[in-house]
Amino acid sequence: MPDGDTRNVLEVRGLRTVFETRRGEVHAVNSVSFEVKPGELLGVVGESGSGKSVTMMSLVGLLPSPPAEVREGKVLLDGEDLLQVTPARLRDIRGSDVGFIFQDPMTSLNPVFTVGFQIMEPVRRHMGLNKKQARARAIELLELVGIPGAAGRLSDYPHQFSGGMRQRVMIAIALACDPKVLIADEPTTALDVTIQAQILEIIEDLRSKLGMAIVWITHDLGVIAGIADRVAVMYGGQIVEHAEVFPLFNDPRHPYTRALLKTIPTVSGKRAAKLQVIEGQPPMLGAAPTACAFRDRCPLAFERCHAENPQRETVGPGHDVACFHPLAHTAKEGAA
Amino acid sequence: MLTFTIRRLLFAIPTLLFIALVIFLLLELAPGDPMANVPLTVPPEIKEQMRQALGLGEPVHIRFWKWIVQFFWVEPLNVFDYLFDTNFADGRLRIISWQNRAPVFITIAERIPQTLWVVGTAYLVAIAIAIPVGIYSAYRQYSAFDQVGTFVTMIGFSVPPFFSGVLVIIIFAVQLRWFPSIYDTRLVVDSWESFGMQVRQMFLPVMVLALQITSQLSRFMRASMLDNLNQDYVRTARAKGLREKTVVLVHVLRNSMIPVVTVIALGVPAIFGGAIITEQVFKVNGIGQLLITAIQANDLPMVQTLTFIFAVLIVLFNLIADVLYGILDPRIRYD
Repeated sequence: MPDGDTRNVLEVRGLRTVFETRRGEVHAVNSVSFEVKPGELLGVVGESGSGKSVTMMSLVGLLPSPPAEVREGKVLLDGEDLLQVTPARLRDIRGSDVGFIFQDPMTSLNPVFTVGFQIMEPVRRHMGLNKKQARARAIELLELVGIPGAAGRLSDYPHQFSGGMRQRVMIAIALACDPKVLIADEPTTALDVTIQAQILEIIEDLRSKLGMAIVWITHDLGVIAGIADRVAVMYGGQIVEHAEVFPLFNDPRHPYTRALLKTIPTVSGKRAAKLQVIEGQPPMLGAAPTACAFRDRCPLAFERCHAENPQRETVGPGHDVACFHPLAHTAKEGAA
Repeated sequence: MLTFTIRRLLFAIPTLLFIALVIFLLLELAPGDPMANVPLTVPPEIKEQMRQALGLGEPVHIRFWKWIVQFFWVEPLNVFDYLFDTNFADGRLRIISWQNRAPVFITIAERIPQTLWVVGTAYLVAIAIAIPVGIYSAYRQYSAFDQVGTFVTMIGFSVPPFFSGVLVIIIFAVQLRWFPSIYDTRLVVDSWESFGMQVRQMFLPVMVLALQITSQLSRFMRASMLDNLNQDYVRTARAKGLREKTVVLVHVLRNSMIPVVTVIALGVPAIFGGAIITEQVFKVNGIGQLLITAIQANDLPMVQTLTFIFAVLIVLFNLIADVLYGILDPRIRYD
């Protein structure tokens, strides 16, 4: 775990992203703030549609615009606001200072170019290496992510790799230019469990070797518990709870976090309990939220939740919750 | 790939023989009499002698066999003789047109240049316009450019050449007098001036044909680009920090061209087939016009030979399209 006083490599303040569709606006990201320090792994969890991926893609302008529009906020990468820089500067940052890994390795690689070409592309673009140097770097990267016979596989096409191997190639591409921040958007969701474990191991290993900050998006709480330093729980395009990993799992304060943790099925015990679900659907916000996004599914909702959007408030060291009556440690219901 | 090509070429032989038979039998079944144009004053027994002289007295299978021998053996020998100044083909009967009693292949050789010039140019012009238009329309989907493109394409699709041809003749040849309305085959291109004349007389038919082909191709290109622009690998390419130009013109285009190249290759036989209607409208005496007049005159050897050449080209370009597909898409392996 990094020292508390290290400066933040990535700092996001009040990010707000809106999609303009034919049926009106969709407010996908609402005043999201978080920060990551070098070498730290921030887990971002939430169900589908909670705005996790959209938040991360907003950071470096990866969302198609139109329809997406980043309305407000600051994205400070080493103090440079990425929302203010020119598109050309942003392209220089993408793939060099900020690396991306996406969910589905089967479709994330271009099928008609060799793996070598696709790894060498960012290297040549950002590091200005010639063909020979780029090739050497590509081999180095493939060895780094544990692909056997790296030199011989450069001229292979993506379809000649298995899913896990392709995700390793994606990681190699993301790491090609020694990024300061690696954003991993559900990198193990599409993989089976053994491959998932291998990928997690590789990421952990690379994090200690290369010391980059990682933002890990997932809806798999088990994965997060294993690798994250801190966790941000997203719901309705907002971070509703944010804490270090142990307090979050041990002492969840937001009703949503608590409900989310209950949905993890247990296989131990005499007979596995019935699967827990959170009733209802996550909201699609047509306007900036004026009330708590979770109110309709929350067992503890009261009048104020319908009238006002709760802001994140500190409830413990490094632990904050956006709720009017954060659950107490043991009590079922906290004070309003 | 080589094994695949050879195997496909060998498979093409029975296919083509079967096609030849079907064409022959269809023409045999078709109504019409090659003697129909002979004046009524000619006595029936003379007509019968003329029919015998054309070989029509022989049974069907003999006539088919003779045509096969002429097409696959005598005509190639003649080509060989022509190229190397030998005389292997001496004394062998070539495929003779019933209309003008000249060898069919000589007439075809006379007509091919006009067709290739006009229809071939139209095809190249269409490709050169359709691909950039398709790319840009897809990249800026629903933009003003795309909307205008869609509108023009719909017109190109729905207005048939016999209408647009006559329309442009009235506007540009009759009213404005910018271009001639009739294609003059006797024009010899030997100077810049005559080259200018050639360009001018080609202009209208080429534009009419190109409008139609461009409409089809640009729609196809646009659809193919749209399919690929939303793929995950495009997001990966952008996440790598590549320039938009590289993302679209390298990553997306390379994938989008795979089906488009196939369609272009499959369209090539149609060039040789000529554009029957456009050639008629602009009086271009190319292959299309030759086929129509041969059908009207019941010139069966000419119709049979032309149709069969088209069949050969279609089979050949299908094979070429398949091979190109294998070259462009690494996921496809024929071995």
